Amino acid sequence: MRPMAYMPPVMFAIVAVALALGLLIVKPKEIPSALIGQPVPEFDLPSVVGTPHGFSNADLIGNVSIVNVFASWCLPCRAEHPLWVEVGEGGLVPVYGLNYKDSQENASKWLADFGDPYTSIGADLNGRVGVDFGVYGVPETFVIDGQGFIQLKFIGPIDRFALENEILPMVQELQALMVAEGAE
Amino acid sequence: MIAELGHFALILALVVAVVQGTVPLIGAQTRSAAWIAVARPAANAQFAFVAIAFAALTYSFVVSDFSVLAVAKNSHTLKPLMYKITGVWGNHEGSLLLWILILTLFGAAVAWFGTNLPPGLRARVLAVQSLIGVGFLSFILWTSNPFERVLEVPFEGNGLNPLLQDPGLAFHPPFLYLGYVGFSMAFSFAVAALIEGRVDPAWARWVRPWTLAAWTFLTIGIVLGSWWAYYELGWGGFWFWDPVENASFMPWLAGTALLHSAVVVERRDTLKSWTILLAILTFSLSLLGTFIVRSGILTSVHAFATDPERGYFILGFLVLVIGGSLILYAVRAPLLKSGGLFAPVSREGALVLNNLLLATATATVLLGTLYPLMLDLFTGKKVSVGGPFFEATFFPIMAPLLAAAVFGPMLPWKRGDLMGAFQRLRVAFFVSAGIALAVWAFVSGSSWLSTLGIALGAWLVAGSFASLAERIKLLRAPLTDSLSRAINMPRAAWGMTLAHTGLGIFLLGGTIMLTWQTESIQVMRPGETVTVAGYELTFQGVGNIPGPNYMAERALFSVSRNGEPFTNLLPEKRAYVSSSMATTEAGIKATWAGDLYAVIGDADGKGGWATRFFFKPFVHWMWIGASVMVLGGVVSLTDRRHRVGAPAQRRKTAIGPGQAPAPQMAGE
Repeated sequence: MRPMAYMPPVMFAIVAVALALGLLIVKPKEIPSALIGQPVPEFDLPSVVGTPHGFSNADLIGNVSIVNVFASWCLPCRAEHPLWVEVGEGGLVPVYGLNYKDSQENASKWLADFGDPYTSIGADLNGRVGVDFGVYGVPETFVIDGQGFIQLKFIGPIDRFALENEILPMVQELQALMVAEGAE
Repeated sequence: MIAELGHFALILALVVAVVQGTVPLIGAQTRSAAWIAVARPAANAQFAFVAIAFAALTYSFVVSDFSVLAVAKNSHTLKPLMYKITGVWGNHEGSLLLWILILTLFGAAVAWFGTNLPPGLRARVLAVQSLIGVGFLSFILWTSNPFERVLEVPFEGNGLNPLLQDPGLAFHPPFLYLGYVGFSMAFSFAVAALIEGRVDPAWARWVRPWTLAAWTFLTIGIVLGSWWAYYELGWGGFWFWDPVENASFMPWLAGTALLHSAVVVERRDTLKSWTILLAILTFSLSLLGTFIVRSGILTSVHAFATDPERGYFILGFLVLVIGGSLILYAVRAPLLKSGGLFAPVSREGALVLNNLLLATATATVLLGTLYPLMLDLFTGKKVSVGGPFFEATFFPIMAPLLAAAVFGPMLPWKRGDLMGAFQRLRVAFFVSAGIALAVWAFVSGSSWLSTLGIALGAWLVAGSFASLAERIKLLRAPLTDSLSRAINMPRAAWGMTLAHTGLGIFLLGGTIMLTWQTESIQVMRPGETVTVAGYELTFQGVGNIPGPNYMAERALFSVSRNGEPFTNLLPEKRAYVSSSMATTEAGIKATWAGDLYAVIGDADGKGGWATRFFFKPFVHWMWIGASVMVLGGVVSLTDRRHRVGAPAQRRKTAIGPGQAPAPQMAGE
């Protein structure tokens, strides 16, 4: 018997335990919504090179808004990006970008290539703000109400169905709520 | 009715699989000829039942029987016939059925062609193969029944994801599965050999063609997927290091290593224990890929409808198959006696280096794929690992591998001479270094990375040519003599030369394309002209073109070069009737120097359109290089030795049929 021969099964056991925990704890697609109903974390990020202003939590007060976490190295972000361009052009709701752990050069090239739908973008170089937001993977999208509370979190790339049936209805509902509260 | 027949056939297949997975195994252990003989007819029956089930599901798709849930969810009456058929495997349940069909097909192939295998080994191989089948058949019957009915039958189906309605992607899964599942053969042979406690050159001679076939199919599958991403997604890219892409790439890397180490077992009767381990790991990575894609444990653009319940089932299966075979390996592998010795500098040594580097590369990709999950578990941090990680870790491992790939074939078995090999490769070395330096000096935009890429690509092509020239004594013997040597050269050697050359061509194409591509993004109004890489593209306008199940906005760009009309590009944006999804179809004109690539985006509402042009130099070299690699695999498969299986027969006649006491039998 050679102890080395037992290395592969032992290593596999570690991987298998991790995968099992992954299924049990990480719960694909239904990842923590602990932040729902919570105020957005405090942050003040510089702008991505080539865009006019940075992005801080103060920007999220006073208006219903969307925060989209993206990165140039993230493939699904490209898939969803045209929809954000569309939303940006529609002008119904401001979309803020959180550029997650990205190189400045790549990010500004990416924006030039695929369009910049964002009202403003914060460069989250070390990912600290992303962690505060509870970002699981890029892309992720948050809907923030007028008081700066997170009301919806969407994980993964959005598609038209999610946009039109989940995200935009939530935005409209929150906007209607603001109007109603303003009228009182 | 037809759907129920299919369901029933699947249940029968599971019953047969249970029998085939146990009876021959016991028979081989107790040397009962009658029990051993169960294996072959059972393998045929299992394949036949699964084929009936697959035909039943295909029929339901073709006639648009929306009372079957899978059809209702994934098909549509307006879909062209071809996509109704390919829709069978365009969803979780159907693709799993295709997987099982291929698994049982390989089992049946052993029953048909394995006539010269010792009956005991054949029975064990078929039993192990069938036990994998038991797992997958249970999985499909208990969690993913493709024949599930709907009570309220809808008038119309949901339609297939429009992105999948494309010839490139329609045939991508079958080839991918032929590759994935093909490695189950190597796995079954490995486990059977561990049970027998014996690995000999005849074993390797059997494993090699199966591995080679699986590798060839997997290569085709991966290339089809990349090619599709290139022209369909409209991003101009072809590989994104997405978890699902990695899931297919890891078995490819491990399978490539297995391909090379099996040569050593066959020719030199050594590296046996390692080769067995590689065979187990290669198939394990295929299974892991299935788990990643279908459990939803990692987020990916490619994922099927994910379901954690299925995740538990596959994970349990993974633990049984991988854990069980690795423990069997740990217990039995030390009994395998090693054969011939060799010096570090030798053909064997080069192949060991190849294996070390490929195994490291595989581990790197595995780490990058699973790291986000691990980190989340242990620290609660959420990260995504993207291209930057893989570019920083994968390529530095591949560079020495590619450099060494040329040396290997120049070294003799047992003991080689590095300086001597270099002497014979010096022309290739100076040619490739010269090309790389000339490009670096005279072409603007070069970087040290592009220079290295070109040097390695040219080195692979020139070095493969040099080893070919040496084998056939080109210019050193009369031309007719060289020609007859070339004709008589073993097909496996031709295959190797072609595969290495193809890899070089691929690398050259990829390097040049990534370094010197140009792109241009702008909003254009009809009549405006943009110049890209010397081509003037004039936007003529956009028209609506109806398709069979979509409405297309097709743009017309007339392209001229130096004022001369050159071609028209017609990129499209398609909106599908049955879903709200849109797809882009790039307009591509292939020229000898590269692809001119146009994509049309959205209208800005003020008469302008977002447009995007690329010029991608040498991109077709990548597809040519990949095709040459595949050709190498096919040519090598036609090698005489694979068909004859000569040593196995020699052994039979020499010692007596069947249960010959083989010289390597150490463990029994």
